[in-house]
Amino acid sequence: MTVGVVSFLRGQAWIWSFLATAAVWMATIIFTGGVGGGQILTAALSFAIFTVIVGIGQMFVITTGPGNVDLSIPATMALSGAVTTKLMDTQNELIALGVLVALGIGICVGVFNYLLIRLLRIPPIIATLSASFLVQSTAIAYGRGLRIKPPPALADFTTAQIAGVPVLALCGLAFTAIMGLVLARTMYGRSVLAVGQNMRAAWLAGINVERTRLMTYMLSAMLAGLSGLLLSGFSGGSSLNMGEEYLLASIAVVVIGGTSVAGGRANVPGIWGAALFLYLLVTMLNTFGASAGLRLILSGLIIITVITLAGGGERKR
Amino acid sequence: MTRPPQQIVDLTDVAMSFGAVRALAGVDLAVAAGECVGLVGHNGAGKSTLVNVLAGGLIPDRGRIKVAGEDITHRFNVRTAHQHGIRCVFQELSLCPNLTVAENARIFHARLRGMSWKRRAAALIGAKLDEIFPGHDILPHDIIGDLSIGRRQMVEIARAFTVTVEPLDLVILDEPTSSLDAVTAGQLLAFVRRQVAMGTSVILISHMLGEVLGTCSRIVVMKDGGVVAAKPAAAFNRESLVSAMGTVVEVQGVAPRPEIAGSRQGEVMVEARSRRQLNDRKLVAHRGEVIGLAGLAGHGQTRMLLQIFAAAGKGDLFAEVRGPVAIIAGDRQTDGIFPLWSIGQNVTIRSLRGMVRRLLIDSDQERAMAATWQQKMRIKTPNMDDNILTLSGGNQQKALFARALGSDAGIVLMDDPMRGVDVGTKIEVYDRIRQEAAGGRTFLWYTTEIDELKYCDHVYVFRNGIIVDDIPRDELTEARVLSASFHEAA
Repeated sequence: MTVGVVSFLRGQAWIWSFLATAAVWMATIIFTGGVGGGQILTAALSFAIFTVIVGIGQMFVITTGPGNVDLSIPATMALSGAVTTKLMDTQNELIALGVLVALGIGICVGVFNYLLIRLLRIPPIIATLSASFLVQSTAIAYGRGLRIKPPPALADFTTAQIAGVPVLALCGLAFTAIMGLVLARTMYGRSVLAVGQNMRAAWLAGINVERTRLMTYMLSAMLAGLSGLLLSGFSGGSSLNMGEEYLLASIAVVVIGGTSVAGGRANVPGIWGAALFLYLLVTMLNTFGASAGLRLILSGLIIITVITLAGGGERKR
Repeated sequence: MTRPPQQIVDLTDVAMSFGAVRALAGVDLAVAAGECVGLVGHNGAGKSTLVNVLAGGLIPDRGRIKVAGEDITHRFNVRTAHQHGIRCVFQELSLCPNLTVAENARIFHARLRGMSWKRRAAALIGAKLDEIFPGHDILPHDIIGDLSIGRRQMVEIARAFTVTVEPLDLVILDEPTSSLDAVTAGQLLAFVRRQVAMGTSVILISHMLGEVLGTCSRIVVMKDGGVVAAKPAAAFNRESLVSAMGTVVEVQGVAPRPEIAGSRQGEVMVEARSRRQLNDRKLVAHRGEVIGLAGLAGHGQTRMLLQIFAAAGKGDLFAEVRGPVAIIAGDRQTDGIFPLWSIGQNVTIRSLRGMVRRLLIDSDQERAMAATWQQKMRIKTPNMDDNILTLSGGNQQKALFARALGSDAGIVLMDDPMRGVDVGTKIEVYDRIRQEAAGGRTFLWYTTEIDELKYCDHVYVFRNGIIVDDIPRDELTEARVLSASFHEAA
C-alpha cells in the first residue's frame, strides 16, 4: 500500500516542489524554535498567490513549445495597476469596471505580442521583451509615478483571511483547479499540449495552431493584468516597479513546478509548490539573518539545485 | 588474404524487454564475412530491437555478443560497434537536419579534420553517392532539412558505406528502400550485391519480400521476438516466406477493386492544380474514389497533398476542396505522432472537437473511440493508455491510420503511409481503404510502390512538381507509370 503511494508520488513531477517547500519551512521553524510557523504559512499564501496567477499564464505560454515565453508580464502588471487604480479612483462601485479594464489591457498586450511574433516573425523572447518596453513606458507616461490608493473593498478583499487562510489564496486554488481542467479536458488545452510537442504534426492533425498561440499569449497577458490589479489592492496602491520580481519568478515557478521547458507537458499543481517554495526560501534566509547579497546568491543556487532535481527524471526520456 | 570464412558478429541467446513488452526472447544470430542476410518479420517481431542491439544502441538484458570471434558483451556500445566495423542505417533517419550533407559525413569520421575537412568530407560522401546512386541530384553542401525524405535516406545509406580509418565489415540496412522509388531502390540493391561480392557483410531488413529474396544469400525470419526460420534464400519463395512469418492473409492475387472501371462520376470532392503547372491539367477526385499520386519520390506529390490540406475549408487559387480533410503522414516522427502522449490520445486528437460536451471533452467517449480503433486497426498493445513510443514503428503508423479513419473527414490524404509497414498490416489497411471508399470516402494516396497503384481508380504521375500523366484504372501499367516518371530525365 505505502509502496504504491510512494511510487505514484515519484511519478509526479510536482512532488519535488512541495517537498522542497516543506523542507524550507521546517528549517525555518526549527531555527525559530517553533515560533511563527503558522504566520509564515499565511504570509506565504498571501504573497505566493500573485506568483501563481502569472505563473499559470507563463506555464501555458511555455507549454506551447520551445522558444515561447512571455517577458512582458511585469510591464503588463505595472500598466494594469497604474491604469485601474487611477480609473477606480478609490470608489468601490468602479471595481467591476477596473477588472474589465485590467483584462482588456491584457487582451491588447497579448494580441500585440502575438502580432509581433506572427507578422514580423520576431522570436517570442525578443517580441515580448520589446513589447514590454512599450507597455512599461505607457505606464510611466500614464501614471507619472503617482500612487493612488485602491478602493477600500478591493483592499479588504485582497487582504481578507478566514482562519489564517487568505481568501485570495482560496479563490486562487479554485482558479488553479479550473485551469487544470482546461488543460486536460478542453479542446484548447489539448491544442496547447499538441502544439507544444510538434507544431507541424498539430497542424496536420487539424488543430488551429495560430489561434491556439494567440489565445495563449492573450491568456498570459490577461492574467498579468488581473494580477496587477489585485497586487495594487493588496499593497495599498500600484507602483511602476511592482511587477519586476515576477519576471524571473513566473518562469522559475513553471520550471521548478515540473513543466517541461521543451513544451508539450504542463504541471498545474507544481506551480503552487514552486511559488510557496520561492517565498519561503526568502523567508528562511531572512530568518537566518543572511545579508541581502548572500540571500540572493543562496536563492539563485537553491533554485538551480531544485530545477536540476525536478528536471532530472525527465531528461532520461 | 586467406583467412577462413569468419563470423563477423555472433549473437547468442540475446533477450530484451521493455517493461511488459518482450521484444527479444533469446535470439541467436551469426553473420559470416561476405554474407548478405535478410531479416524479415511482422511489425513488432523484434527486428528493430535486434538491429539496435547489433549497433550497440541497446544493451540486452541477457545474452552474449561476439564480434570477429572476440567476446565483447560487456563493453559493447555504439562506439565499439563502429570501431569493429559495424554500421547501421536506421529506419528512423539519424542525420542532423540542420547540417549539410558533408558535415553529416564528418560526424561519422573523426579523421576528417584540419584545414580542408569540409572539402574532403564533401569529396568522400559525393563519391559514395555517385557510386551507389548514379545520376542523383544531391549536392554535398545541401542542408539535410531541405532534402526530401527519399534523398535523406540516400545520404544516410551512402554515409554508412564511406570508409576513412575504421574498417567496414557489416552494414545493417533497416528498411532502406521504403522511402526510395523503384529506380533508386534498384540501384541500392545492385550496389549491395557488389559490396557483398567484395566481402562486406550486409543485413537487409525489408518488407518488400522480392528485394530480400533477390538480394540475400540467407534469410532469417523473426516472429514474436524470436527466430522462427533461418535458411538459404534459395530455400524460400514468396509464399513460404509469408507463411513462415505467420501472415494469415493471402498475399498473392489480391483482387484489386473490381467495380468502377473508367467511369468517373459522382460529386467532385477535390480539384487541384500544381502551382508550377503550365497547361490546364489538374487533379480531380470524385466522391468514393481512390486516387493515386505516382512518380519518383519527392517530385511534388507531398507538396500537392499539403496544398490540398491547407486549402480545405477556406479554398485557394489552385485547389478547391469540399468537406473536411484528414492526412496520414508517412514521415511519422516529424509529421505524425505526439511523443509525450498515450496511444489513445494520439488516435483521438483529430476527433476531439465532436466529443465536447458543455465545454469539456467527454472522457468516456474518448476511451471508447481508442478501444474501438485499437480493435479495428489491430494495434498491438496491452493498453491504449501506454505511451505511443512503446509501439513498434508499424503499430505507430496504424495509430495514425486510426486517427484519420476515425475522424469526420470525407477526404483522406495519404502521404506514402505504408513506409515500414509489414505485409500483413498492409493488406488489412488496403482492405479498410476499399471499404471506406465504398462507403463514400475519398482517398488521395501518394505511394512509391507501383503495386499499391493497383488499388487506385485513377492515377496521376508527377515529375518535377507537375502532373505529367493521368491514367485511368484500366490503362494502368507499370511501364506507363515509369515512362511518365522519366520522360525527360532518361
